[in-house]
Amino acid sequence: MINISKKLSVSTAPFLKDKDTTPKIMMTVVYTLIPIVLVSIFYFGLGALLVTLTAVLSCLFTEWLFNKPDNRLKSLKDGSGLITGLLLALTLPPGFPLWMVFIGGMIAIGMGKAMWGGLGQNVFNPALLGRAFLQSAFPTAITTWSPPDGRYFELRGTNAAFPFFQGKNIDTITSATPLAKMKFDHLPTDIMDLLLGATGGSLGETCAILLLFAGIYLLVKKIINWRIPLSIILTVTVFSGTFYLLNPEIYPSPVFMILSGGMLLGTVYMATDLVTSPLTPKGMWIFGIGIGILIVLIRNWGGLPEGVMYAILLMNAATPLINRFTKIRTYGHKK
Amino acid sequence: MSSTTTYSGKTYTFNHGVHPKEFKELSSHCQIQRMPFVDEYTLPLGQHIGAPSKALVSKGDKVKRGQKIAEAGGFVSVALHSPVDGVVSEIGLFDYPNGMALPGIKIKTDPYSTQRMEEAPIDLESLDTKGFISAVQDAGIVGLGGAAFPSHVKFAVPEGKECKYIMLNGCECEPFLTADHRVMVEHPEEIIDGILILNKYLNAEKAYIGIEANKPDAIEALKAVASTSDFPIEVVALQVKYPQGAEKMMITAILGKEVPSGKLPLDLGVLVANVGTIKALSNYFRKGQPLIERVVTITGTAIKNPANILVPIGTQMKEVIELCGGVTNDAARILLGGPMMGAVQKSLDVPVVKGTSGILILGKNEVKDIEEYSCIRCGKCVDACPLFLNPSMMGLLAKKGLWDEMLEYNIMDCFECASCSFVCPSGIPLVQSFRVAKGFLREKAAREKEEST
Ligand code: SF4
Ligand code: SF4
Repeated sequence: MINISKKLSVSTAPFLKDKDTTPKIMMTVVYTLIPIVLVSIFYFGLGALLVTLTAVLSCLFTEWLFNKPDNRLKSLKDGSGLITGLLLALTLPPGFPLWMVFIGGMIAIGMGKAMWGGLGQNVFNPALLGRAFLQSAFPTAITTWSPPDGRYFELRGTNAAFPFFQGKNIDTITSATPLAKMKFDHLPTDIMDLLLGATGGSLGETCAILLLFAGIYLLVKKIINWRIPLSIILTVTVFSGTFYLLNPEIYPSPVFMILSGGMLLGTVYMATDLVTSPLTPKGMWIFGIGIGILIVLIRNWGGLPEGVMYAILLMNAATPLINRFTKIRTYGHKK
Repeated sequence: MSSTTTYSGKTYTFNHGVHPKEFKELSSHCQIQRMPFVDEYTLPLGQHIGAPSKALVSKGDKVKRGQKIAEAGGFVSVALHSPVDGVVSEIGLFDYPNGMALPGIKIKTDPYSTQRMEEAPIDLESLDTKGFISAVQDAGIVGLGGAAFPSHVKFAVPEGKECKYIMLNGCECEPFLTADHRVMVEHPEEIIDGILILNKYLNAEKAYIGIEANKPDAIEALKAVASTSDFPIEVVALQVKYPQGAEKMMITAILGKEVPSGKLPLDLGVLVANVGTIKALSNYFRKGQPLIERVVTITGTAIKNPANILVPIGTQMKEVIELCGGVTNDAARILLGGPMMGAVQKSLDVPVVKGTSGILILGKNEVKDIEEYSCIRCGKCVDACPLFLNPSMMGLLAKKGLWDEMLEYNIMDCFECASCSFVCPSGIPLVQSFRVAKGFLREKAAREKEEST
């Protein structure tokens, strides 16, 4: 009657496990990114699609390349490479040369992750590291913005440039981003355009409203922690708002600050990257406030129109330190 | 959380913790059944923490039910009694639930005996504190929550310390287990009586009984009896959350104070005991019945008829499982204790001992291989740890074998509740590696101490 001894499975407690798994968490993030990618294709057509596909393929390929044979399948399965690919694409202009996209993906995974020992060990957000590399290597291409004009089936800008060449821009008109207009000409952009995304910019930097929804969904699902996005947005509002009130002629309003450029993409998807942000509640506040201050500083007084990427990367670098100084007090120990 | 009813009044709790599926509905409604007498009983001499008991009988001796067959082997040790009228058939090594063979006594049941035990109350008036302590030791009473630590050692409050609060643990926060639940529902008088007996010697200010809110019937039953006592006994409903039944967590939930690291509850004036243990106290002093039986939950998704059974100590587990209709074809794993802190058991050919709180038979569905991924620093383990440790960091250090660095993260405070491993989405064996690390560090500390003296 009792014959369980043969196939008995032996290990140590606990023998119950919560439902969440890392691949499930990662895939939820991927699902929230899909509408954002679709909207970018809606605005930028084939160019956006090709940039996205290239970035994803490059990231997955590099992931595969850098892992030991027995670990390859698992490293692809955890979904983190896919996320990096999608996020990298969303930070690039729709007319960006595809060969450069591919290099960006390799740098993102290779230098952003594999070099540190793989998932969980890296200090910088891989997608942003890839983008930072592209920005310094190809400063012109990465600031050539194609307008959202509904040319669905055409290549854009320098998409088709031959490897190692800049390529000739096939767009007849280019479009300045709202941030550049603000920075160099002090021209604001209509809030409605910012919300819906009918502006020039990177693939995922345009449709603010979708990013807000995605952020709220991830918060409700408890996949991202509320402290980091809230502290960034609060800091940017208060800090940039102060200058706006002092001189609305020169300084952008907080609403513009939050809805434009990479602010929301960075806040929702990159600053909240679990691996590269602090673990403790106090640390998260410090991290978010730091990012907020840096964004306003760079945007208002730096040489570049956009500062989100550098703000996050700088605070990524500070994260190990923040973790060290915000150790949680153990139960039964003194403060 | 589950379909069982919940207490609707105010509840208290500690910070952090986790919510595993409860599985209590399998057996929480099952009245305690008495296990019929079987032919043979195996009684290991080392069923408790501390020195093994010393046998007082030899092969061929006739013994009576409740007769002392082994005496305490030191202060941290207790006596052992025969669960039946019968004959000592063998003294030797027998398989023990932890997989080792331990010295013990085998008793063959007298088939003609009625197994009735004369009630022989013990005169409390004539006992001083010292007498009380040695009586508890003589009754073979140990913590029935699972630890099997000799109770009299706990009750012997050292000079200079004072017990202000007696705190009864009726949380039973481990999923599946319902033995304490049934004892509270069916024997509230004996539990309250046990408190009063204990308090005669401890002179506490107040007693608390902490019960998780998923046992509203137990809360009501104990409240009703507690209200008739002159001594203040407060029944406190606690939030359903694991590990609410950990001593420290219950104290924090009820008193709002933390037990300082490295200190005992008694340093806060608190003495914690399991509800079943306190009932055993009443049984001994009122009826003269030493600890010869205990309530065991037989449950799991692969047992035919889950039940709560009053089992004589020494009964083979196999026979208890047979009483429950056996296991289903789906059976894949045997656990002793709950699924969060219990241990895998390989065979059922071992006796129920004083520390056996539950026998779980899990089906294939609950026995899945967990695929391990890299730590993604999601912080879930940090939010789960009831002691506010950083399992994520300690896990990374453990993986690299940096045991000493783990000390800085207070690894030695970890009491292995397994909440961290339960929540980790990457399936990292956190608590599993902490057990190894703690063992290593403890050994190292002992070695260093030896070398320096
Ligand atoms: S729960 Fe697991 S994956 Fe998350 S931080 Fe802790 S160890 Fe890492
Ligand atoms: S096992 Fe240790 S580290 Fe993990 S949650 Fe429990 S006390 Fe914290």
